[in-house]
Amino acid sequence: MKGQVWKFGDDIDTDIIIPGRYLVMRDPKDLAEHLMEGLDPKFNEKVNDGDFIVGGKNFGCGSSREHAPLALIGAGISAVIAESFARIFYRNSINVGLPLLEAPNISEFLETGDEIEVDMAKSVIRKISSGEEQPFQKLPDFMLEILNKGGLIPYVQGKME
Amino acid sequence: MSMTMAEKILAKAAGKEKVNAGEIIMANIDVAMTHDLTGPLSVESFEKIGTPKVWDPEKIVVIFDHQVPADSIDAAKNHLIMREFVKKQEINNFYDVNEGVCHQILPEKGHIVPGEVVVGTDSHTCTHGALGAFATGIGSTDMAMVFSTGQLWFKVPETIRFEIEGSLKSNVYAKDVVLNIIGKIGADGATYKACEFAGETVSKMSVSERMVMCNMAIEMGGKTGLVEPDQKTLQYIKNHSYKPYTVKKSDLDAISMEKMPLDVSELEPQIACPHNVDNVQGISEVQGIELDQVFLGSCTNGRINDLRTAAKILKGNNVNKNVRMLVIPASREIYRKALDEGLMNIFVDAGALICNPCCGPCLGGHIGLLGPGEVSLSTSNRNFKGRQGSADAEVYLSSAAVAAASAITGKITAPS
Ligand code: SF4
Repeated sequence: MKGQVWKFGDDIDTDIIIPGRYLVMRDPKDLAEHLMEGLDPKFNEKVNDGDFIVGGKNFGCGSSREHAPLALIGAGISAVIAESFARIFYRNSINVGLPLLEAPNISEFLETGDEIEVDMAKSVIRKISSGEEQPFQKLPDFMLEILNKGGLIPYVQGKME
Repeated sequence: MSMTMAEKILAKAAGKEKVNAGEIIMANIDVAMTHDLTGPLSVESFEKIGTPKVWDPEKIVVIFDHQVPADSIDAAKNHLIMREFVKKQEINNFYDVNEGVCHQILPEKGHIVPGEVVVGTDSHTCTHGALGAFATGIGSTDMAMVFSTGQLWFKVPETIRFEIEGSLKSNVYAKDVVLNIIGKIGADGATYKACEFAGETVSKMSVSERMVMCNMAIEMGGKTGLVEPDQKTLQYIKNHSYKPYTVKKSDLDAISMEKMPLDVSELEPQIACPHNVDNVQGISEVQGIELDQVFLGSCTNGRINDLRTAAKILKGNNVNKNVRMLVIPASREIYRKALDEGLMNIFVDAGALICNPCCGPCLGGHIGLLGPGEVSLSTSNRNFKGRQGSADAEVYLSSAAVAAASAITGKITAPS
């Protein structure tokens, strides 16, 4: 995975990721139009396929809306990297196939605009300009398996066949 | 071997003698609740899995509360999807637009009893731990798995047991206690953990007040809130439910339990300031902030005791002309009681606006939204940027008593 970094702070909540008034929608592309709208109304226009969101601690706190990871997928975000994640958001993201990487001190390492590469096999994040690397916590095997299948539903369907 | 209340309930649900915090278990689900906003995604995912019938229609509860009555064609379409699902799957526990907020309806209609595992596609499902159940919020895909199989995996959480002592001053309520805790430990202070509320102060609280505590466990990152069942719990269950139940209590020497003692006897009313629930101040620090809207309601503080407290303060007074006050009872039953007790007359006479039982402006998707630059005081549980409307609005959170006193003055005001 390769892309540009968009950095946000601590406690990025699900109302920031996707405000409640848009939850009548279900299509990831429609939801993506309003991604991070409260902080940056034009965010969806700036972000490119494959980009990364970087957060501080407690990313995704708040509601159980799966619309939040879906909006991120709709905008083409390839993974969210943060110091820590809120619990329901974490489950939901893995379930819909959005990788979440937990990396201590990542907000000090990365800035908006940095080009990075994520190596899932080695569990490292590499800054392309300098080649510097920072590790992230390896995901448990069964979560990796869910992600590789594209989410919990295809994973379960695969098991049933 | 010693276990916490959370571990005991999950062990039973997993069919095991013993579980340890950190262990991943597969639990049988006793109650699965979904609502009009997150329900359609759950149904869509359930249909993708392709199981023709849900595992047990009697254990599923569907409640419309977020956008009721429908305020847009899209909301009406969501209602249609859910009504069709309920019919096709023969789900009897269905509450349409006329009943109220899910976290009030579930206990009120007898769906919650001690010792069970409850999941809901709503983060405030943790409310139901107030009755001694293990209750937690999940997403739509997880719910689709539950609909199909009746099971879900959990990581058994560690427990923080808040041992709360001291008599509350007059005009200080459970909301102030829980806001104070969140302010102390932070929005991620209990991430992945079960938050057990115990001690003399909690024993003295009514079931409604315990629900306020557990409702807000998620605002400190908690997986669930819990209160050990006692006589008050069992009386509540007797009045509301026919279901059999088991009472589980924590062993105080359980190794996965951290204890946090707290003395609340000197606590003043607490206010969460924009834009985070853990940005908590004593009311003396924020008194006088001018308001545009006051919202009394939600699954946190829209119960009959909250309406009574507010009506007592508002009686014979007017809502300040610079402020709109919305009163939204959390359920039809509460609405009815408030009518019988004459509380609604007090609100109407004071100039408050009474809306139908629903979530109201709490999630910023239905009625009573805020415009740019507006300031609201709300008895609900979240003040995130953009939560109640414009991202340029500000939301403060308080108890029902502070909300009523502030509606009269038009400024954040401590009740006297
Ligand atoms: S009242 Fe607010 S917090 Fe409670 S269920 Fe409704 S939207 Fe969620």
